[in-house]
Amino acid sequence: MAHVARRINVALVVFLLFYLVIGLLQPNYLEPAGAMNFLRRAAPLAILAAGQLFVLISGGFDLSVGSLVTLTVVGGSMLTANDPGNTWWAIAALYATGLCVGFINGAVVAYLRTPSIIATLGTLLSVNGVAMMWSGGSPRGYLPENFRMFGRLVFHDVPVVKIFPAAILVFAVVWALAQWGLHGTVFGRRVFAVGDNARAAQLAGVQVASVRIAVFVISALAAVTAGILLGGFGGVSVDVGVGLELQAIAACVVGGAQLMGGRGTLVGAVAGALTLTALFTLLTLLGWPQPLKETAQGVILIIAVAFGAWRRRRTG
Amino acid sequence: MSSANVIAPSFPRRRVPAAPLLLLLGSVALYIGVAFSTGQTRMLEVEGVVGLLQRMVALGIVAIGQTFVILAGSIDLSVANLISVAAVLASFIMQGRPEMMLVAVVAVLAVSAVVGFINGALVSRLQVSPFIATLGSGLILQGLLSASFTNFAGSVPIEFQAVAYGALGPLPYSVIGLFLLAILASILLRATKFGAHLFAVGGNAEGARLAGIRTDLVIIGAHVLCSLTAGVSGLYLASRLRSGAPWVGRDGVYDLESIAVVVIGGTLLAGGRGGVWGTLAGVLLFAVLDASFNMLDVSAYPKLVLRGGIVIAAVAIYTFRSRELAA
Repeated sequence: MAHVARRINVALVVFLLFYLVIGLLQPNYLEPAGAMNFLRRAAPLAILAAGQLFVLISGGFDLSVGSLVTLTVVGGSMLTANDPGNTWWAIAALYATGLCVGFINGAVVAYLRTPSIIATLGTLLSVNGVAMMWSGGSPRGYLPENFRMFGRLVFHDVPVVKIFPAAILVFAVVWALAQWGLHGTVFGRRVFAVGDNARAAQLAGVQVASVRIAVFVISALAAVTAGILLGGFGGVSVDVGVGLELQAIAACVVGGAQLMGGRGTLVGAVAGALTLTALFTLLTLLGWPQPLKETAQGVILIIAVAFGAWRRRRTG
Repeated sequence: MSSANVIAPSFPRRRVPAAPLLLLLGSVALYIGVAFSTGQTRMLEVEGVVGLLQRMVALGIVAIGQTFVILAGSIDLSVANLISVAAVLASFIMQGRPEMMLVAVVAVLAVSAVVGFINGALVSRLQVSPFIATLGSGLILQGLLSASFTNFAGSVPIEFQAVAYGALGPLPYSVIGLFLLAILASILLRATKFGAHLFAVGGNAEGARLAGIRTDLVIIGAHVLCSLTAGVSGLYLASRLRSGAPWVGRDGVYDLESIAVVVIGGTLLAGGRGGVWGTLAGVLLFAVLDASFNMLDVSAYPKLVLRGGIVIAAVAIYTFRSRELAA
């Protein structure tokens, strides 16, 4: 465990470094309100990363989460049809949809033995297609106010931090649940065992198929949650979720998770998500053109993983 | 002691050759079936079939490269972005001037080779997982490209458009080129030392290393070949679209689709087993699906939904019988 702890610190240290530079450029980020706003913006990615981490540790990928975020926002707008009275059952329906998509992903991987990169690519295409079909391709406008509350609501006059966005509360709940699930339960140990060596886990009596289905369901539910937050941040469009699956994987990897399974921590994944968000914020402050964010993301991704590999070779 | 008592060494049965054939027959049957059932029998005439083959070119070229990388046990997610880079670079250098054609082609191939080398070096020397290494290099390429160009850049001269629009009799150059490339790739895989090493590295990298194979060079070689095919695909798209734009690769989803057709064609995602002809059969299936959706008049969005399901089903046909656990 010692080397894992050391690696978490790297992601956290890099994040704090980025944040310090941000603070130097724009001092209000160092005030409580600025920090709270930063966390609010980081919340959806951190939630996605927390869900994705379960899948990565079990040895798979979930490429479908970005399209599920889109479906959540678009579907939310179609189901509520601007009537705030529809919000609650719409949210329930969206979670049910997420449950189905996650279950399909998991079942295809577990029972049809299709590699998850292909299986979730398939659901990515299909779920995107459904979102397009449902909305006619170019939905507009905003979700009802009470639907947007989760992403938009800010509590004022809170002691110490002054403002406290509801999105951070959602994020905190997700984090607590995920932390408990991954690092505090037998199920969490089984996820690690399956990712480390699925065959050995199976021989040791782990129901590999159920674990696989569960991790994909967790990831999908996290995606719906992130979608609900993002629906509160901005308007309805078909490209809210584009690219988020890769950002979530990147966040986990920057945080020390290992592709092909068996290694990773929740603190690392969250730190990775914060690092990426800080990087994007920094580039915006520096006035870099939007597309170069992708370039920077690619660079940090490769450096993080190359550094991790180098470190493992040195320490063995 | 009779020889009957000697237990024959059991080699894993090679299912691979059967897979492409089945896929080929299935695709052809689907195409003919849809053409008849919709009454569009002219799609079965020369022009319709040539059109079908032409649908295969852009994806087919890059999928051949992807086959090499996957056989070596790696993967390349940067091809879509590299295709965009190649298309834009070609048309930007040419600016409609025929005398710049050679320069542009050389420049595109050089850039592609460098990208492939970097991908391969990241994977084999720095031991970055191939998924991350190529995802990262793809992001870097796309970011630089989109920051420099926001729209169609330059144009290709009429002479260069012959690549996509010229034909030898009824057969377009591009289709002939695709099949020549496939034959070349097949020879490279089946009849050269590099090919043998590629299968060895993909099957068991550590074993190959202990047998004295320079695994790092093999992986770098596979990545360079793959990136070169992405560059050629980009050149073809620039020729067909008459200009290059920074979104042509991503719009075609060439990264994920090339991986999908390779796996549909029976190549193991883990490496070490498979081949080029299976991949081409997978590309044919995708072309047939596109053509069939058009004949059946399926609109754009349901097409997406169906396609996702078909990708899963096509791969599941191979995988669900296997006893190995997937992740």
